[in-house]
Order: sequence, then structure tokens, then C-alpha cells
Amino acid sequence: MDAIILQILNGLDKGSAYALIALGLTLIFGTLGVVNFAHGALFMLGAFCAVTLNALFTLSHQVIDPSRTDFLGNPLRVEIPYLVEWFGEATGNAIIDWSVPLSILIAIPVMAAIGLAMERGLIKHFYKRPHADQILVTFGLAIVLQQVVKYFYGANPIPMPAPDAFVGTYDFGVLLGFDPFSIMYPYWRLVYFLFSLVIIAAVFAFLRYTTFGMVVRAGMADRETVGLLGINIGRRFTIMFAIAAIVAGLAGVMYTPIVAPNYNMGMNFLVLSFVVVVVGGMGSLPGAVLAGFMLGILESFASMAAVIDIVPGINQVIIYLVAIVVLLVRPRGLMGRKGVMED
Amino acid sequence: MTLIRKPLSRRSVLRAGAAGGALLATPTIFTSRAWAQSYTNEPTGSTVTLGFNVPQSGVYADEGADQLRAYELAVEHINGEGDGGMMNTFSSKALKGNGILGKKVVYVTGDTQTKTDAARASARSMIEKDGAIMITGGSSSGPAVAVQALCQEAGVIFMAGLTHANDTTGKDRRANGFRHFFNSYMSGAALAPVLKNAYGADRNAYYLTADYNWGYTTEQAISEATEAIGWNTVNKVLTPLGAGDFSSYIAPVLQSGADTLVLVHYGGDMVNSLTNAVQFGLREAQANGKDFQIVVPLFSRLMARGAGENIKGIFGSTNWHWSLQDEGSQAFTRSFGQKYGFPPSQAAHTVYCQTLLYADACERAGTFNPCGVVEALEDFEFDGLGNGKTLYRAEDHQCFKDVLVVKGKENPTSEFDLLEIVEITPAEQVTYPHDHPQFAGGALGTCNPGA
Repeated sequence: MDAIILQILNGLDKGSAYALIALGLTLIFGTLGVVNFAHGALFMLGAFCAVTLNALFTLSHQVIDPSRTDFLGNPLRVEIPYLVEWFGEATGNAIIDWSVPLSILIAIPVMAAIGLAMERGLIKHFYKRPHADQILVTFGLAIVLQQVVKYFYGANPIPMPAPDAFVGTYDFGVLLGFDPFSIMYPYWRLVYFLFSLVIIAAVFAFLRYTTFGMVVRAGMADRETVGLLGINIGRRFTIMFAIAAIVAGLAGVMYTPIVAPNYNMGMNFLVLSFVVVVVGGMGSLPGAVLAGFMLGILESFASMAAVIDIVPGINQVIIYLVAIVVLLVRPRGLMGRKGVMED
Repeated sequence: MTLIRKPLSRRSVLRAGAAGGALLATPTIFTSRAWAQSYTNEPTGSTVTLGFNVPQSGVYADEGADQLRAYELAVEHINGEGDGGMMNTFSSKALKGNGILGKKVVYVTGDTQTKTDAARASARSMIEKDGAIMITGGSSSGPAVAVQALCQEAGVIFMAGLTHANDTTGKDRRANGFRHFFNSYMSGAALAPVLKNAYGADRNAYYLTADYNWGYTTEQAISEATEAIGWNTVNKVLTPLGAGDFSSYIAPVLQSGADTLVLVHYGGDMVNSLTNAVQFGLREAQANGKDFQIVVPLFSRLMARGAGENIKGIFGSTNWHWSLQDEGSQAFTRSFGQKYGFPPSQAAHTVYCQTLLYADACERAGTFNPCGVVEALEDFEFDGLGNGKTLYRAEDHQCFKDVLVVKGKENPTSEFDLLEIVEITPAEQVTYPHDHPQFAGGALGTCNPGA
């Protein structure tokens, strides 16, 4: 039983990332009708917002320490961050320690700008082109963005620690009456799960309770009619693209303490997120969220040694098997709308 | 009886001199004739081209970049530029600083992308289009084995880069291929006694293993070595390459009855799996009445940097480390550090050594003919390249030398000072018979000069 609870918990954080990326993908597809293969790259760019802010916070000047030597035998140059010098050791180190959550403030405008630039500069030229063209151009864009990041940050993962306050694990085993150490779960993953719930709730609330959101939903249902009412739906859809980019970016920022970011991290999520979108139902926002969490938990279960012993390799194919079954039983996905991608 | 000694005439002295000279020259004449046949990409001009096939993109691109720096340095030194680096400490003095056999060394580079097909394609291109006479490099065993087989078919020498799987000089060994880097068996043989001292003989180990040839051989080597000291293997789980988040594999470890986790991962996978293991509290956990421990069989400084704080106190093995105090290591670190501003990685070290060893073998053989080079390298004993006395064994073309057991440093002084050397395991302790079961199923065959 404790193993099952552990894997459910474990699937929640991965499911959170799938859900957030799939939510953005669905927003873009539902509004603009574009299959955006660069969405994983937006997740990665968000993560590198955190890396960049951390690098800025740790910008240092060198002080020579004559008592120690470097690898060439020269006096050691010790790095002192400017923040520590300006604000004192306690405050300076605290700002550096909280660089990941603080990156959210940077990531929102940066990702919005990147989203707008992507949509206005490239993707808008492909609205009326076949989906295959859209996939090709956005996939190409994703590779370009990856290589740009690799050029500046290298290929190896860059560790991004969570704030000290969230380092460590919570022993759910003791809480639920099991043996100590049987259900250990990192605090930061709990934070990530809660954060993803807040973002998902915010996006749904925005679409449901604001005039802007209502117009967007109306446009998603019938773009032509909304246009005939004199509403510039195109501009609103562009803003939705930026919002989807922000959602992906924030998912990336907060994911950095879970897996050290590298230039390729977006691709790891992209294909699975597309499966999530298809299983959830093309164009369905609740479907994307539901499928994200569901597949995250299933993937987690399939990675258990006991399961792999019975069906070797199941951990690598489970999501695709489920996708096949769902599509056979419900061709539009779990919550798909009639007419979407059926022309 | 009287001995009448004839006085030496000028003619008899000349005759004796000519005969003696011919006799002395005989081996050289035979050698020259033996390698006089044509061979693939025989250099005819004033230069000789080497092919450096390293990952310039993909997950091991940083290792590849460091290897290229080392190659560039080796070429400089062989051509007589720079401070000479390890050429000054190398026990063989055949290299003269005027290139190889009087020909200036030039090079071409290829990108393996850490993919087997891409590595073969770039090696083929360097051989067929650029005329490379030797291919070297790589940061992964899959591509290394593939390129080694290609070089055997093409008739050029392959000097392997960073490849740690037993297979490279085991079941996939080839006559034209040579490996300076250590292997999985050696990691197990070096690590096991240190682990026994540190954690005792009563341990239950759980393995998470990268799902490719390096993972399989390393898992086998470490589990056999630790079982020999009394450890029990609880479970072995294969994990996909580039999984990113390993939490679903890590989470069940504490419930398995294991008290030790062995992470048979390298590069980014190791950084992520170790980070996940620490996040899930394994280092603070207790199991079977003992502190839970993590072991990483193959360490590199570049990986240690990625793992950050998580690496502290964790045991592993490595081929070489810049902090070694022998003359060769110091000379290389100084040379590399002055040129690039930071110390070299083990990936850089091994390819630098391989380049010098190839050049030296050509000089000693008096030819670039691969069969001559093979003969010169087989059972070649040398010193001064940073790992103590080393033997290039003829039976499998594997180098036998000291292996380092290292531990993540608790108080690093810089971003490069991340590993501390716990033990230098002598070569004898990591030497095995060439037909050891972990290396069974392969045969070198005969050298192929191509053409």
C-alpha cells in the first residue's frame, strides 16, 4: 500500500509538468489552430530564465586569497558575489538562495515577449498552411532555440538548488502510519504540484470569469461569428499565445530544482505532452489537465521494479499503450470536442 | 707452432665494415620492406591528417569540447609548438617535435552526436574525404564500438577516447583498435575494497542501470566485485537513456530492503539520477540499521560540476584527475591550464595520451602503416603519462595502469576542485586475464592496412 501511495505522489509532480505544458499546447491549438512543436522549447527557455537570473545574482568579483593556491599554483582567486557585498552576507545569500522562485517575476515578461515575437514573427505566417507545415516550422524553431541555448550555456545540466527552506523530504510514511522512510517525498515537489494547481486554476478562472476570457472561448467555438461582431479576435488569440508561453515558461522555472536544466529538456517533455493532448482530447483544456495527471501517475507506476519484472520495458511504452487504447475506445480522446482535427 | 697474424689491410677493413653494416641494417631493411606495401590514406605530402571524432552536439558535447582542446594541444606539442606538455615526461623519446616521421600533423574534426550512426558517418567521411590516417575520440561506448569496427574495415587505426564498457576491448575488440581509458571491470576491482572499508561487507545493493552496453557491463562488473566482498544484490533496474526525471525509479528503492544505491549512469543521466536520489532523502535515510549510501561507479569532473552539492562524500572511480602529483599529470595540467584557463578533464587526458601514443608508435615503427603501428603498440610499456607504469596489452589492446578511486569533496576550493583522490589502485589489482568471462566472446583478428 505504501508503494502505491508513493507512486501516486511521485506521478503528481511529473503529471503537473505534463498538465502545464499540455495546457499551453491546447490553448494555442484551440485558439490559433496551430500545432506548436516549439512548446517544449518554451518550457526549456523558462528554465533558463531561472538559470540566467541565478547567474546574474551570483555575478562576482575576484579577491585574491594569498593563503591558498589554484590548480596552477598561483594565488587563489575567490569569487565574492556583488549581492553579498552590497547587501551583506545574510541578505545577499538569501536573495541568491531564492533565485528560482524570484525568477517567476522575470520569466513572466520574458516569456510573454518571446511568445509574442514567435507568434508575430513566424507562426502567424503559417495559420492557413497545412498542419504538416506548422509542425515542420515549429519543430525547426525548437531546434534553433535549443542550439542557441547550448551555445551560451553548454550541453551539461546546470544544477539549480531549491531554496533552503524547501530542501529535504517529508516522511508521509510516519503521517499515514507506515514505517519511517517508507514514503519520503521532497518538499519542492509538493511545492511544484501546488504551484501547478494554482496556475491551472488561474488560467481556467481567467478564461471563465473575465470578458477577455469569454471572448476567447467564444472565438475558440466560432471564430467567424465573433469576428463578424467586430471583435478583433486575432489580437486576443495572439495574447493567448503569449499566455501559453508564460504557462510553459513558469512550468520550466519551477521545474529546475527537480531536474537540472539542460538545452534538451524541452524535447523530453514535448512528445509526451502531445500524447497527453491527444489522450485528453484535442482542444479540450480540462482534458489536457486530466490526461496530464493521469499519464504522469501511470508512468510512475510503470517504472516500479515489480511491474518491470512482470512486463519488461513497460516503463518506456506505457503512455503510448494507453494512448492507443484511449483512441481506440474514444477516438476524440477523453474530453475531445466534435469536429476538432477531423476535417 | 707459430701463429702468423696477418696485418689488417685497408681492403679487409672495408669488407668487414660493409658486411657488419649490412648485418646491422638487416632488421631495418626487413622492417621497411614489411611495411612498404600501400595502405589506406598513406601520406604522400608534407603533412599527415588525423581525424578527431568527438561529440560536438548532444548530451556529451562538453566532454567533446574538452577533448578537442586536448587534441589541439597534442597536435601543437607533436609539431614542436608550445611547452611540449607530456612529451617531456613520456618515457619513450621517439617523438622529436617535428610532427610524425617528419610530416606536420594536421587534423579534421567530426561530430559523433553521441549516436552510433552519426559517429560512423563522420568517421567514414574523415577517412574517405579528408584522408585521415587515424581516427580517435568519442565519449560513449556505443559509438566507440561502432567506429572501431568501421576503422577495422577501412584499414585505419582507431585510438578510442572515453569508452568505459568492457565490450570495447572485450567482445567487440578489433586489431586496429586501442583503448587507453580504463574499463568497467577495473572500476569494480578498484572500488570494491574501498567500499568494503568504508561501508562494511554486509550491504544490500540496488542498481539503476543505463539501458545500453556500458550500463550492462558496468552493472555486471560492480555487482560481481561487490558480491565477492560479501554484498548482496537486491535488484537491478534498467532505466532509459535521457530519462530526465528518475524519481519513479528512485522512489521504490527504500522499500526494497536495499541500503545502498548504485547509480550506473553517466553524464546528464548521472547528474539527474543522483540529484533525484538526494532529493528523495536517500542520503539521510536509514535502512537495515545502517546509513543509506550511494555509489557512482564512473565519475568525471564535468559530471561532478553538474551534480553540485549532491556529489559530496560519494565514492566513484575515474581514469585520471588533474590533482595527481606525478610529473606527467602536472605537465599536462600546466600546459592545458595555461592555454585554456581551467584544468583538463579525464576525457581530455585520455585523448591527449592516445594522440601521443599513436604518434610515438609511428615513429618507433618507422611507418604510418596500421600493421606497423599495431606491432609497435602491442605490449608497449611506457610511463610518464599520468597513470604510472602502463602496458598496452597485445591480446586485447587494453591499457593496464593505475585506477583512481575518488570521492566528492566536502569543502571544494573552486568549481574545479570537486573530487578528492581516496586511493590510487595499482595496475596489478585491476589486471585480469584477457579471456576473463566479462570480456569473453571477442577476437582481435588481424590488423587491416586497407587499400
